[in-house]
Amino acid sequence: MTMKIAIETHDLSFWYGDFQALFDVNLSIKHGRITSLIGPSGCGKSTLLRSINRINERIGNARSTGQILIHGHDILAPEVELLQVRKEVGMVFQRPNPLPLSIRDNVLFGYRLHHGKRGLKSSERDRIVEKALSKVLLWDSVKDRLDHTATQLSLEEQQKLCIARLLPVQPEVLLMDEPCSALDPSATEAVEELVWDLRDQFTIVLVTHNMAQARRASDECIFMLLGKVIEHSETGEMFVNPSCQETADYIEGRYG
Amino acid sequence: MFEATNRNRWARRNQSLIGALLGFMTFVLILPVLIILGVLVVEGGPAISWEFLFSEPTQGMTAGGVFPALVGTIWLVVVALLASVPLGVAAAIYLSEYASDNWLTRFINLAIINLAGVPSIVHALFGVGAFVLFFNFGTSILAASLTLAVMTLPVVIVATRESLQAVPQAFREACWSMGATRWQTIRKVVLPNSISGILTGVILEVSRTAGETAPIMFTGAAFFLPFLPQGVLDQTMAMSLHLFVISTQVPGVPEHLPYGVALVLIGMVLSMNAISIAFRMYLRGKKKW
Repeated sequence: MTMKIAIETHDLSFWYGDFQALFDVNLSIKHGRITSLIGPSGCGKSTLLRSINRINERIGNARSTGQILIHGHDILAPEVELLQVRKEVGMVFQRPNPLPLSIRDNVLFGYRLHHGKRGLKSSERDRIVEKALSKVLLWDSVKDRLDHTATQLSLEEQQKLCIARLLPVQPEVLLMDEPCSALDPSATEAVEELVWDLRDQFTIVLVTHNMAQARRASDECIFMLLGKVIEHSETGEMFVNPSCQETADYIEGRYG
Repeated sequence: MFEATNRNRWARRNQSLIGALLGFMTFVLILPVLIILGVLVVEGGPAISWEFLFSEPTQGMTAGGVFPALVGTIWLVVVALLASVPLGVAAAIYLSEYASDNWLTRFINLAIINLAGVPSIVHALFGVGAFVLFFNFGTSILAASLTLAVMTLPVVIVATRESLQAVPQAFREACWSMGATRWQTIRKVVLPNSISGILTGVILEVSRTAGETAPIMFTGAAFFLPFLPQGVLDQTMAMSLHLFVISTQVPGVPEHLPYGVALVLIGMVLSMNAISIAFRMYLRGKKKW
């Protein structure tokens, strides 16, 4: 069975000033699966993740060469509208970062950016909010306090809200940069389960430091070292039978 | 086993000595403020009355009230704010949110710091050259206020920039990652969360503007003008210059009169500050993170 490819990179290299963070990365990430990026600190996995929605460009002297194709379209091409890339590629950050607005306005924030405020009836608005929050299993616990400030929620709820606010604009890809590293174990479990449930509808790319998480919460794994992709295989395969010595050493905790 | 050793006793004595010294220094610091306020209230208090506030100076400024100067100072402050706040806030937003860190922005930052260090009398001469003569505003409220605005711009810019930078970067990244432009991010998230700090800068500017004398004495403030300004191209009296004039330039002024003027001026500034502090506390209370 051949699966649809969601994200492809061709010879992607990336520099912060003189420091080269990625070296000729060639990848194809499949649609509808969870792909983990693993590797020791500084291996470039976050850089790779953050170049898929081009948020790295905010850093002054960052530049890249090569191609990043999302559903066949190069997002680094000059005619590409960055705001459309961001719409198709949602991002969840390491620390939950709900905006200092009400829960409702957080969910509607992205929707309003891309659709404008006018023409949004309150019934439709409520439907969007309920649908997004239900999908992240948050609706029942927050439905009576949608006007409360989002920053008062627990970290687990905040992180779920951060996922929920991406849904109304119907992105293709969700990027998650260590989404559980600020959470306690039970919250981690809840968010992992949520991500697992979302995987059919989105292409999810997940950076994690946590080997156990990569193993239980992803379909495929990409192991990176010093800015290069060392190994890319099915998660089960990688953890049972890694093909490279470096991968085996990292997975077994000999460095990292 | 827990008895104090000599070394402990010595360390303990040292710590209380230092504490006392630091406390004393702090007291010395606030002493001038207390003395100034005390003297002003005692000496100037008897001069204050509704009539003093709302009537003109009479008998060659040796009697009467301060009304034209009071109104003039309000004019000067308001016009200066109208000029410097939009300019300063815009510049700060640009420097903090748009500009990349390169030699040009570093040069601009340096220029702002230097602008803050220029003596007020130099600003006054600049104001004469630029606004009174070059732009041909004449000696007027407009010229004086613009001079004050230039002088206080660095305060507004620095305060605004600092409060913008106090907004966590995570909020900006959240907005950007959802496809917000820089301006959408600023308008919806950054500005609402930094407005209290920006207001602090504005109020600081008000206090300084109200009290400055040198920048207005050549550019728009009049020695004696017993009627109210009708527009920005009129000259006006001002509290600070009026205080200078009756303290040093006019013979036969009764002792309590300058103290009364100073008390009214300080009262204006302190009540502005009090309003700003109250407002800031209100906005802080609403802050959502």
